[in-house]
Amino acid sequence: MKKRLSKLSGSQAFWPVMIFLAIILFNTIMTRGEFLTISIVDGHFYGRIIDIFRNGGKLMILAAGMTMVLATGGTDISVGSVMAISGAIACSIINGNLLPGLGGNVAMAIILAILAGVTCGLWNGFLVSQIKIQPIVATMILLVAGRGIAQLITNGKIITINSDAYYFINGGYILGLPFPLYIVLFLVGLLLLFVQKTAFGLFLESIGCNPLASKFAGIKVNKFLLAIYTISGAFASVAGLIESAGIKGADCNNAGLNIELDAILAVAIGGTNLMGGRFSIFSSVIGALIVQSITTTVLALGVPAAYIRVLKAVLIIVICLAQSSKFKVSLGKIFVGKRGRKEAVAL
Amino acid sequence: MKKKLVGVLLSVSMVVASLAGCGSAAPQAAENAKTETRVADEPTAKADSAASEKLVVGFAQIGQESGWRDAETMSIQTYAEEHADTVELKFADAQQKQENQIKAIKSFIEQDVDVIGLAPVVETGWDQVFAEAQDAGIPIILLDRTADVDESLYATFIGSDFIEEGKEAAKQMAELIGGKGKIVELEGTVGASAATDRKTGFDQEIAASYPDIEIVASQTGDFTRAQGKEVMESFLKSNPDIVGVYAHNDDMALGAIEAIKEAGLKPGEDIVTVSVDGVKGIFEAMVAGEANCTVECNPLLGPLFFETAAKLKAGESVEKWVKSVDGVFTQDVAADVIDSRAY
Repeated sequence: MKKRLSKLSGSQAFWPVMIFLAIILFNTIMTRGEFLTISIVDGHFYGRIIDIFRNGGKLMILAAGMTMVLATGGTDISVGSVMAISGAIACSIINGNLLPGLGGNVAMAIILAILAGVTCGLWNGFLVSQIKIQPIVATMILLVAGRGIAQLITNGKIITINSDAYYFINGGYILGLPFPLYIVLFLVGLLLLFVQKTAFGLFLESIGCNPLASKFAGIKVNKFLLAIYTISGAFASVAGLIESAGIKGADCNNAGLNIELDAILAVAIGGTNLMGGRFSIFSSVIGALIVQSITTTVLALGVPAAYIRVLKAVLIIVICLAQSSKFKVSLGKIFVGKRGRKEAVAL
Repeated sequence: MKKKLVGVLLSVSMVVASLAGCGSAAPQAAENAKTETRVADEPTAKADSAASEKLVVGFAQIGQESGWRDAETMSIQTYAEEHADTVELKFADAQQKQENQIKAIKSFIEQDVDVIGLAPVVETGWDQVFAEAQDAGIPIILLDRTADVDESLYATFIGSDFIEEGKEAAKQMAELIGGKGKIVELEGTVGASAATDRKTGFDQEIAASYPDIEIVASQTGDFTRAQGKEVMESFLKSNPDIVGVYAHNDDMALGAIEAIKEAGLKPGEDIVTVSVDGVKGIFEAMVAGEANCTVECNPLLGPLFFETAAKLKAGESVEKWVKSVDGVFTQDVAADVIDSRAY
């Protein structure tokens, strides 16, 4: 039992899960139980926990993609702009502004939006792997240009659409649970399977630790990088669909604005080294839940607008401290020191 | 060493160029000022010529920024076209850059227009160019945004009174919910004047005139749909008994409507909405019965702009702040006016 417990606490996902539970517990106490209440409205579950999972869906997807990019020692800061592009394309097709020949076909709109995300990812991957531009600079190009492209597609206006099929991506429920959760389970599950059941994950870690050595060991580093940035772009486009379905339209100025930072934060909270190497997609997904629940906490507490950012920062500092092994060791020393003395007294 | 030399040469030439730029502008301004005084010496001649002469107005627009601004541009251009016999418009699109607007104003001064209109892209950095216009005797009208300069440097500001908008929204809200009940407020971006003033006006009016209405929660939704929705989701959980939501712009209200639906309530009936701006989306929602009221922040400033410009040219005095007339639209009229909505 003790052995199993120590194995559990040694895993990368242990602390993120604990932190997430702590935030839920904190909120439950602060709202006198209201936070945990789940009721059934119109045949689906309804409550703050459900909100965290639904609103956190896009961040969980982004964090999963971002984990792999970070594991190779790179970064992808263009994901927010890719979200804006994919939302803009999907909504413009559905309302007939773009490719009116498709007649507002929702399925085609979704496919083309994801294809656009793949193209963006390929572009990032090309710049990083072939042209050898530093990842943060390479993806900064799309960070800036991508939002501009999205604005060109929509003429800088907010597009409002009317399509129940498209709304389902965000507002739909299966078995009472929000649809974005299923998208997350599907994409993350697929990725986990791929990473854990094939050598892909091992190669990723190897590239992150030492790309040159990996190359000499026979890993096709450039192809891997291309694939990983493409996956990140594709995931970002799915996140963009979820976001735009949630507001029933495309808001290119604000869709996914600054979300790349939240995604990187989620991965960091999940305990993955941002310099590359060891990674855990599952931990990052929990990290995304933590980031989302911070927002929900701030809203649930009714913090005045001017204090929100500071409070978020304080929470992030606390979480990062809880994650820091050095901090834990020094904290542990204090406790061990006390216990040691007690034991001595008992003897 | 060679590089250094090139650098020095470059910087010297730049300084010379900028000095030359200043030099050429100054005499021009002085000349314009001269013409102005000459006209002022002969008031009768001016009155005569004013009747036949066209009103020449230069307008430096920010650029294409939003549907709202496009509507404003259209309004000004359409008015000029319709009154082509009395009005001449020189239009400059600054593409969101202050230096382009400054260039446009300088060129208007050189062309000796009667009045210069400007929607400043930023608040600061206007003192010098405004002073140049003043030296040239050309009054400046600020449109829909203010500039952080001394009041004496511009003739007037035409725009909405955000505090009035907030007060009007409060009255509409009170009417919709029968003067009592709990409501929530979705604020705009922290620090934006539109958000601060719309909150001040609304909260003041509620506190002063409607003691039975309680604002139980107020948080920022950053003027966006996504955040408006997320914040409203939270409001609905902590305050299930609210009867109305006031949003500082229509987009947040549209987000809130989605949140209300997800909570199994009927927006527009169980929870009424009042918002500000008057974008097309909110009219569609009103026609569908999901939104209740919007207080318009009117972008159709063309007629008011040219009327004010004509007054300035004729030497009449105008208020330092000409308040544009904001309309109020409710569900009853939404269907009738939706097709005429320009933005």
